[in-house]
Amino acid sequence: MDAAAIHQRLKARFEAGVGDCDLQAKDPFIRVDPAAIVDVCRFLRDESDLQFDSLSNETGVDYKAKGVIEVVYHLYSYPHRHAIVLKVDAPRDTPVVPTVETVWKAANWLEREIYDLLGVTFEGHSDLRRLLMPEDWIGHPLRKDFVEPEEYHGISTRRESLLR
Amino acid sequence: MSLAGFEIEVERTGATGLETEEMTLNMGPQHPSTHGVLRFVVKADGEVMREAIPDVGYLHRSIEKISEKVGYHGFMPYTDRVDYVAAMFCNQGWGMVCEKLAGIEVPKRGEYCRVIASEFNRIASHLLSVGTMVLDIGAATPFFHAIREREKINDLLEELCGARLTYNYMRIGGVAWDLPPGFAEKSIAFLDAFEPLIDEYNDLITYNTIYLGRVADVAAISRADAINYNLVGPNLRASGVKYDVRRDEPYSIYPELEFDVPVGSGEEGTVGDCFDRYVVRIREMVESCKILRQCFKQMPAGPVIAKVPRKFKPPAGDAYVRVESARGDMGWYAVSDGSEFPYRCKVRTGSFAAMAIIDKVSRGLMIADLVAVIASLDIVAPEVDR
Amino acid sequence: MSLINSMPEMVITTKADAFLNWTRKSSVWWMLFGLACCAIEMMQTQGPRSDVDRFGTAPRAAPRQSDLMIVAGTLTLKMALRTKLLYEQMPEPRYVVSMGSCANCGGLFQLAYSVCDGVDKVIPVDVYIPGCPPRPEALTEGILKLQEKMMKEKWLVRKEAAGEPAAA
Repeated sequence: MDAAAIHQRLKARFEAGVGDCDLQAKDPFIRVDPAAIVDVCRFLRDESDLQFDSLSNETGVDYKAKGVIEVVYHLYSYPHRHAIVLKVDAPRDTPVVPTVETVWKAANWLEREIYDLLGVTFEGHSDLRRLLMPEDWIGHPLRKDFVEPEEYHGISTRRESLLR
Repeated sequence: MSLAGFEIEVERTGATGLETEEMTLNMGPQHPSTHGVLRFVVKADGEVMREAIPDVGYLHRSIEKISEKVGYHGFMPYTDRVDYVAAMFCNQGWGMVCEKLAGIEVPKRGEYCRVIASEFNRIASHLLSVGTMVLDIGAATPFFHAIREREKINDLLEELCGARLTYNYMRIGGVAWDLPPGFAEKSIAFLDAFEPLIDEYNDLITYNTIYLGRVADVAAISRADAINYNLVGPNLRASGVKYDVRRDEPYSIYPELEFDVPVGSGEEGTVGDCFDRYVVRIREMVESCKILRQCFKQMPAGPVIAKVPRKFKPPAGDAYVRVESARGDMGWYAVSDGSEFPYRCKVRTGSFAAMAIIDKVSRGLMIADLVAVIASLDIVAPEVDR
Repeated sequence: MSLINSMPEMVITTKADAFLNWTRKSSVWWMLFGLACCAIEMMQTQGPRSDVDRFGTAPRAAPRQSDLMIVAGTLTLKMALRTKLLYEQMPEPRYVVSMGSCANCGGLFQLAYSVCDGVDKVIPVDVYIPGCPPRPEALTEGILKLQEKMMKEKWLVRKEAAGEPAAA
């Protein structure tokens, strides 16, 4: 099934939560509201002609100019060999998105990484704590306004380097 | 090894029995297992684990953020470090995502060079993975056989691009240099000598009783679990899913090549156990040799790189590509805002999901099995942490 | 020509320090501390072609049993604290070889927010080996340089404390 057909199926089932489908993009994507994302994902996984049984990737992108953090889901179906992209926008000040961990277990660590590096809180996540940075790190490094700390536990992060 | 036959009933916490309590042990980040800096907090009841909680991030080198500072062309050497054991695939992934963003087509000969370099790297990576797996389990000899063959592949790749480990061979739009003269003959000579050596591996270790006792029936991952946790590559194929990005979502010139996709079948135990993951890798090396021979026969003449401007500014948008790396389907996602520097770059690697499944799979196994599980899932720390 | 029954009586004279240093440099046991890409080259150095074991080295798993720590790979801030702990667990005399650009100075990851630029910010280093990653020959030369350094050390000679006149 191609992206337009999948979008039609979603729109027929979820009137409110599903937004537009951008078919001109290199990877056509469908915008979804944060409140509806878990139901949409469960529908995509369970319907027999969609069967998106694998969450290929989940990324967070910080759009500082637009004031949102976008969470991008790449889904893939092994039985039908088709793929789709979903995008969810969360406001940059308090980004909260429901977790899809109950739909695909792969989301557990992917969402922990987005929490760690971008600060997005995933509601309902079983174990939301830092994954890659040390536990006592302050700040979310992948944000566009992240400022590196001067030192960490006595080790200075300033360097006399030719690269900077 | 499986616990069958070893259950000993011990009275616990009874009036006359033994009182036992759980131990919390720390494994890593420095440990003799060769998969890099990984740390596990193991809660064990004697030798049997109740939980093995992974703690990662000891090799988080913020490669994704660096992409925003060095630009598209400048990021290519950093992609090598995302998975240094199989660096050519990472190069190819980044090249492909930039080409998809900008709509560039790689010339045919460039694609053949890419596939030749990648398949050599796949053999080298599987050799290292198989060698360190048996070394971790305790067999020291096959490791040296693997390293010896890796040295020969390193020589070939060094002749091709100048580096032994972090190649930086590919560029956006193709590869940096054409194959040097005499490369095809040397490669075929290497393949002729290498293919019988894979059988030597089978003689040495694959059907060895002690080895089978350590890996058969250990940590069997079911098909449904493997898909739900997003395991990819040999880990997924060992659980019975016949899926390979080169065959099912083909890219580059893989549609023109004939090769088989080995799948685990539980021949020495359960489908999806450590032995299946190991034997799928051995069989994939044979398939890579087949692919290489076909490439050398079919290569056309021509340029190896497309014309790409120095100041590479793809139009705004985002793209996602998948490359079948040695550790599985590696997804590269890049967001462009129209400038020379990527807005966001994300790699989703095979080892990331494999680390996540270890906690689930290792409940009830013995501590020695944890090493076998990590090694059979072929986890390298830089892929998990980037 | 057999040496048995063929030599005159002889005595070999050497300095006590030189003898002790010779015994120590011929048996440098290093701790497996491979962090990143340089660890793979360290493994290749142990391999059959460029065998580093012929110099008397042997890899050990635990810091308590090793003389040398080859820091092979990038040191992140999260790892730097553990590195200090491992260094302090090694018994003296202990040496550190910093292998590769990342351990020397941060390498190409100086732009990163989570990388410690150089292992010498946390522990003292004896030999720096440049390269990204250094070839096995480079690592072998680094270990040989360390052996040269070990030969020059004076352990038994009484040291005068600074500021005091030399003993008569």
